[in-house]
Amino acid sequence: MAFINLKEKIIQAKIVYYGPGRCGKTTNLEYIFSQCRGQVQSEMVSVKTDGDRTLFFDFFPFDMGKINEYDVKIQLYTVPGQVKYNSTRRLVLKGVDGLVFVADSASDRRASNVNSLENLQENLALYGRDICSIPLVMQYNKRDLAQQGTEVLELETLEEDLNRRLKAPFFEASAVEGLNIVPTLKKIVSSTMAALEEELR
Amino acid sequence: MNLMLGQKELDRIHHSLKKNLIDIGAQSSMLIDTAGNIIAVVNNGSDIRDVYSLAALAAANFGAMNSMAKIVGEDEFSLLFHKGRTENIHLSKVNRDFLLINIFTNQLSLGFLRMKVAEVIKDLLGILVAKKPAN
Repeated sequence: MAFINLKEKIIQAKIVYYGPGRCGKTTNLEYIFSQCRGQVQSEMVSVKTDGDRTLFFDFFPFDMGKINEYDVKIQLYTVPGQVKYNSTRRLVLKGVDGLVFVADSASDRRASNVNSLENLQENLALYGRDICSIPLVMQYNKRDLAQQGTEVLELETLEEDLNRRLKAPFFEASAVEGLNIVPTLKKIVSSTMAALEEELR
Repeated sequence: MNLMLGQKELDRIHHSLKKNLIDIGAQSSMLIDTAGNIIAVVNNGSDIRDVYSLAALAAANFGAMNSMAKIVGEDEFSLLFHKGRTENIHLSKVNRDFLLINIFTNQLSLGFLRMKVAEVIKDLLGILVAKKPAN
């Protein structure tokens, strides 16, 4: 649920990075945070476990400029990927306006990707939402693993497993190297803004 | 589903927060939704720099608390209080969708704050319930 403040002319929209454990959601946000420092007025908030895994979420807000005289504030969140934290994933999804699904390209993570996407759809359904009606971008992360000799899934396999029905725009990415991280963000922001503009009409 | 509040509703919310909470000594009073969006912030001149992070964490805190309530067999816990050495945070549920956050020092008594929070929640419900989400 985007919040639109007519008095101060501010739109707040929520974009959530979703995906299986250790797929690189937090690394995505860390990279964006390091690259967009000028547009971020606060520190990145990370609620982590002692073992440095995301417990609740990572979060930071940033200013996107103006649409129709409204200041747009995007709030970026990640969810905890570990299976046991489903209740916190659900909480973070509340009121989501745009989604990035981060898939892990490593071959041995194939089932985890599929399970996480199914879990996303189940959690959205609890809020009466359908994944097809929410702006979505697919990100196939860790493409750099191939250079290190780790077996990675072919792009066609990832598309077939995850995006055959959804047909969302996708990026091959490497969050640790910063490859296609900002383009992923730009795409989801523009899709989310287009959806909000449509609703504002 | 988007929520749109106009100038009139926001002015009424600001007025209620200021009159009932800031004027009795609270440092800052914020109305947020349970997704972590800020609807209104009023303060006494003391600047809380990162209100967006505070709102996100408060919403998460409340969500976690509600899940805990269900585990112990309660429908909900409707308030949450964090006591610091000098600064304190009081969170109250307004209704299913909205939360009220107050930051205050030890100079304001918790009992008095809670009494005023109850009055504000009545005001807010009158404003927010009349304003259904746009779609």
